[in-house]
Amino acid sequence: MSRPSDYVDAATPDTARRPEITQPGLGPLGYLRFFWRQLTSMRTALVLLLLLAIAAVPGSMWPQRSSDPNGVIQFFADNPDLAPVLDSFQLFDVYTSVWFSAIYLLLFVSLIGCVIPRTTHHLKALRASPPKTPARLERLPGFTSRIEPNLDAATAIDSARDLLRSSGYRVQLFNGKDLSASAERGYLRETGNLVFHSALVGILVAVGIGGGFSFSGQKVVIEGQPFVNVLAGYDSFNPGRFAGEHSLEPFRMTLDDFSVVYEEENLRAYGTPTDFTASVTTYLPREEGQPGEVKVNHPLAVAGTNVYLLGNGYAPTITVRDGEGNIAFDSSVPFLPQDQNLTSLGVIKVPDALPEQLGMIGFFYPAAGELHSGALTSVHPDLVNPVLTLRVYTGDLGLDSGAPKSVYSLETDTLTEVVGGDSGVDTIELRPGESAELPNGLGTVTFESKDPDAGPNNWADSVPRFASFDIHHVPSQGWVLVFAILVLGGLLASLFVPRRRMWVKAVELPDGGIRIEYAGLARGEDPTLEDAVADIAERHARKLTT
Amino acid sequence: MTETLATYSLVAIYSAMAVYALAFVFFTVDLAKRASLAPEPVAATAATGQLTAARGGTTTLERTETVTTRKRGRFERAGFALTVIAWLLHLGGAVLRGLANGYVPWSNMFEFSLMMSLIVVLVFLVIQFWLDLGYLGAYITGAALIVLGIGTTNFYVDVTPLAVPLQSVWLVIHVFVAILGTSFFALGAGLSLLQLLQSRREASGKTDGFLSTVPDADKLETLAYRVIVIGFVFWTFTLIAGAIWAERAWGRYWGWDTKEVWTFIIWTIYAGYIHARATRGWRGTRSAVLSLIGFGAVIFNYTVVNLFMKGLHAYSGL
Ligand code: HEM
Repeated sequence: MSRPSDYVDAATPDTARRPEITQPGLGPLGYLRFFWRQLTSMRTALVLLLLLAIAAVPGSMWPQRSSDPNGVIQFFADNPDLAPVLDSFQLFDVYTSVWFSAIYLLLFVSLIGCVIPRTTHHLKALRASPPKTPARLERLPGFTSRIEPNLDAATAIDSARDLLRSSGYRVQLFNGKDLSASAERGYLRETGNLVFHSALVGILVAVGIGGGFSFSGQKVVIEGQPFVNVLAGYDSFNPGRFAGEHSLEPFRMTLDDFSVVYEEENLRAYGTPTDFTASVTTYLPREEGQPGEVKVNHPLAVAGTNVYLLGNGYAPTITVRDGEGNIAFDSSVPFLPQDQNLTSLGVIKVPDALPEQLGMIGFFYPAAGELHSGALTSVHPDLVNPVLTLRVYTGDLGLDSGAPKSVYSLETDTLTEVVGGDSGVDTIELRPGESAELPNGLGTVTFESKDPDAGPNNWADSVPRFASFDIHHVPSQGWVLVFAILVLGGLLASLFVPRRRMWVKAVELPDGGIRIEYAGLARGEDPTLEDAVADIAERHARKLTT
Repeated sequence: MTETLATYSLVAIYSAMAVYALAFVFFTVDLAKRASLAPEPVAATAATGQLTAARGGTTTLERTETVTTRKRGRFERAGFALTVIAWLLHLGGAVLRGLANGYVPWSNMFEFSLMMSLIVVLVFLVIQFWLDLGYLGAYITGAALIVLGIGTTNFYVDVTPLAVPLQSVWLVIHVFVAILGTSFFALGAGLSLLQLLQSRREASGKTDGFLSTVPDADKLETLAYRVIVIGFVFWTFTLIAGAIWAERAWGRYWGWDTKEVWTFIIWTIYAGYIHARATRGWRGTRSAVLSLIGFGAVIFNYTVVNLFMKGLHAYSGL
């Protein structure tokens, strides 16, 4: 079957060839051939497979830059001595590391080296006819025989040929001592195996090439605001090697409404969200806006790009008037959820405030409740009792230094605290629609209500929500799926299609009539071989009597 | 209503556990009785009738004798009857849990253990129509008991609405097929374990003990292989379906998340096992060890990875 020389079914170990190859006099070509044969042996494939499994383990023990970049930063902070050592072994980038890549590349070289000769061999086998009938069938699996006193060999074997053909066998008649039909079926088994292994290569190639052309980006969008699909429109953007600005299809999407449904009947799960829906309108160039929906598990496809809903939260609208009465800040600010009940943390930077720049750290509680300690916490994720608390700082926010600053954090070391904390002034506490004076004539801050009618009886629409979207474009995805399906199909054929030979022989008896013999032979796992022989024998008998 | 159904479900599960425990006792007594039996034809027939492809390849196949028709012992039959009763109670427990949920009963670790043990026992019972696997009764009922015991005491969670990320047809498909795969791997591991014990006995030449009444190591290996190969197909499908779901939910089909890593590791180990069966020098003991390592990884994936490792797949419900 042209399989690797250490395949179990290979006739005998290839001891004869080995000394010849290892002879040093053979030169580089001999060595090359020797290594090639080693590399494409079953044993090497097996060892590489097991190595691959072992090599994948560390990636689950330490955070990976690809899937958990913050975890890596945290790990460095927690283990300043260990982390660089691990890093030098690429243990935070296991799946792109030199050693992991080396293993799978060798495995795939071995795979290709194994599959190509088998494919050529199999193509020949597909055209060859079944082998000669063995002289003695008695010792073969499923052997049965039957005496037919009134039949001649030619009739019996002719009808056996038709029967076998219609059962999917390829048949060849032989006329040796006795007339016989030799049949073989199940070439699909080997085809399946080859398709399986080739499709694995297909997946690797599709993933490798496709990754280069794909990109993913993230964007937080507040209700009522648009997202424009250009590089500057993203909060973060990760292009593949060949992807970039030019990969972005022109489109625009506004988040019209973000709604959440909460469980209200089951008391054990009271308040857990049971549905998130982002209602959006998408605009393609020169076209009318199209309404659409993005839900968890249900991305929205826009112009070959998929938009996924990955997170959500509140974005309180805040207005700051500075000491001179000018509006220095007027915007909705996404607050990052800190717990299940959406206690959220946000930062407000007001660089334009006069006389001094202002910075604020705020907590937002959609359903504020008081802990025993007097501190606030949120007791429900919906807008039941919205409260915003603010600490205020003055000083240089450092925004002009040019270094990138996260919009979600405020460096307070160099600032002066004027409200909250140790400043001696109580933390500002606001409900939607309320304002507060800042001390020292620094101005006022207002927590705007989105719904002018909102009040203690119904806060439902008072604070806008935001949705965080992931926007992905992975052109090779379809190819990967096609190869994956081929892998599965090939696997099924290769494991469950029985490949077998079957023989029907008519032995002429001295006193007239014939003895018909049946036997089979499995090639590979074939638990139903004997039943198959019995079945053919029985159907043949029935066919001969009608 | 939900509460009542969930309570009835637990009652059914506890009853099933009690009956499994009884069945386990009967199967164990049966094994002990077998041990005291003279080594009857079972082993002998299997030994002569078995294909010994390991040595000469399939070209020298012997004709297999008709499958042994050993009469099942009294205790074994009682064990089976009890297992069937326990399984029906178990099934009732699972159905009630599903009704209480209002969605499929395999969305957290407790329910996963409930379904996994249900399918293992089902496969075991159904296989009896073709093969006499009575000698695995103690292993199967014992395993079901342990899985249900851990599931109800350590993993139990109340019925809650299905978390938004799990609201997908892929939960129904991907997780169910994973359960099927796990069940077949569990059965395969049992057979491989028995194979290892058996080949040790064969090497030592001992003829007593219950092992002398179960098929020889070659036969056990073939059985294990057939079961594991089915598990492998399910696992391959799990992997693909998981990737499709990940694409729907997170926008990427593969991201080397901890759970994805371990699903891949398990798949690779079993691919290694299948190769080992086709590699000269790796059949027999070595391939059986690989099967056990593979199943060890399955258990690790289900327990340690779910409970202690960080990742996107947070579904234990704990
Ligand atoms: C990515 C690496 C590989 C994987 C995941 C893999 C997986 C598998 C699986 C699952 C099977 C059983 C299903 C079937 O027969 O199609 C199989 C069979 C087989 N593989 Fe591979 N394989 C890999 C590489 C290789 C290599 C490098 C070789 C050659 C040295 C090879 C040779 C074979 C052969 C000969 C069989 C048939 C076994 C039999 O007859 O039972 N495979 N492989």
